[in-house]
Amino acid sequence: MLSDQERIVITGIGIASPNGTNLAEFRESLLAGRSGVVNYETRYMGPVLAGVCRFDELRYQKKKDVRRGTRAGSIAVYCANEAVRDSGLEWDKVARDRVGVYLGITEHGNVETENEIYEISKFGYDTKVWSHHHNPRTVANNSAGEVTLNMGITGPHLTIGAACAAGNAGFIHAAQMLRLGEVDLAIAGGVSESIHTFGIFASFAAQGALATHEDPTKACRPFDTDRNGIVVAEGGGICTVERLSDAKARGAKIYAEIIGYAMNSDAKDFVLPDSNRQAECVRLALKRAKINPEDVDIVSSHATATEQGDIEEATALRAVFGGSSRTVVNNTKSFIGHAMGAAGALEMLGNLPSFDDGVAHATINLDNLDPRCSLPNLVVNQPRELGNVRIILNNSFGMLGINSVLIIRRFE
Amino acid sequence: MNSEQIRQVIMDILERIAPDEDLSDLDDSRPFREQMELDSMDFLDIVMELRKMYRIQIPEEDYPNLNTMAGTVEYLLPKLKDVPVGT
Repeated sequence: MLSDQERIVITGIGIASPNGTNLAEFRESLLAGRSGVVNYETRYMGPVLAGVCRFDELRYQKKKDVRRGTRAGSIAVYCANEAVRDSGLEWDKVARDRVGVYLGITEHGNVETENEIYEISKFGYDTKVWSHHHNPRTVANNSAGEVTLNMGITGPHLTIGAACAAGNAGFIHAAQMLRLGEVDLAIAGGVSESIHTFGIFASFAAQGALATHEDPTKACRPFDTDRNGIVVAEGGGICTVERLSDAKARGAKIYAEIIGYAMNSDAKDFVLPDSNRQAECVRLALKRAKINPEDVDIVSSHATATEQGDIEEATALRAVFGGSSRTVVNNTKSFIGHAMGAAGALEMLGNLPSFDDGVAHATINLDNLDPRCSLPNLVVNQPRELGNVRIILNNSFGMLGINSVLIIRRFE
Repeated sequence: MNSEQIRQVIMDILERIAPDEDLSDLDDSRPFREQMELDSMDFLDIVMELRKMYRIQIPEEDYPNLNTMAGTVEYLLPKLKDVPVGT
């Protein structure tokens, strides 16, 4: 039995999703089947589909800060401030040197580098017009660093490069640092600005893994026989994370407890996932949480709507949860696309309100289930009333074979 | 361009790099940094904008000439006097 000093809880939530700029909006969209995927113009490539966020950047930043910083930084600043505001923390009284910022990110610097190359192309590739802002914009700690600048946080900050497993990784690192006593409050989650560079889209297209559809809202189709790839999205999901003892002491609202997590590596392929290692990762997280598969109410799947990726995850989930008749599986990417570094965070947070409303949102755009992706309790197209939801398991996997699993429990 | 036209060019640049500032009461004889939030990276933005717009290379040793609006206009006048407005 863990002590309250070792138990880690989520106490504030900030959201920038293509279909919601706070948790209530996001949840409402997920239950209503509202997509955030739209037609989107890219430089060089022309029109693609993307999940685009529409939050107010200037709520917490000056125009100058937006100009000097990055989109990832603005997303992070917005979500971090929203989380702190939601947490009820008296920010003026918080010891800023005891706050850590840990944000997962899939990639960083592509957007800013592409922009600068485009800019110098207008000057005959004269590198003398290359911006002095390039380096502070592209350092890998940029988004977490912008949060510390904006909020006056003097504790440690890191972005955690973990491909598309990064959202979970931010929370995992936060839990570890809190347990080690390195910080007393963590601002953690994941962010993505990836839609602002053509390269992400072009590379998925070259790989045959970029979704197309005449109706943008139907483009992201995990587990469907007609799925044809990924819809790239931007976004952020950031939480205040604390030790239970601290949260209790200040009478905080507690959204959930992080009861288990795991990360591992496939050690197999640059892009193709491996169901065996994914299943191992899920089992390790369950073991650490001291629960069995049948204790999990909802599995928030990672599935991105690629041919092989969906098959591998479904195989892993069947292997672990095949004996659990009560565990349901859903998918949030089908609504918003793949928010890359933010995906794991947004997908966990989109499910979290089920602790209160007892409903599992669906995976949408599933008209014809690929039999290779068959899962016994997939929540198809319409939300499902579950009643009592206590435990959610959140999968997030990424390139180079990086796997992450986070398990949260309703706080009782 | 004449002095007034160069001043307007600098005002346009300042409005872009310091979009939160009210520059309507800018005193041309006082240093920019006493009248607005302008750090070294912002100052380099002024130099960069002039480089992009007019291909002017301003050596670092000349930067002190750009501390005030009056100094900046005076410094740029010989370099821009033959440049038509709007180019």
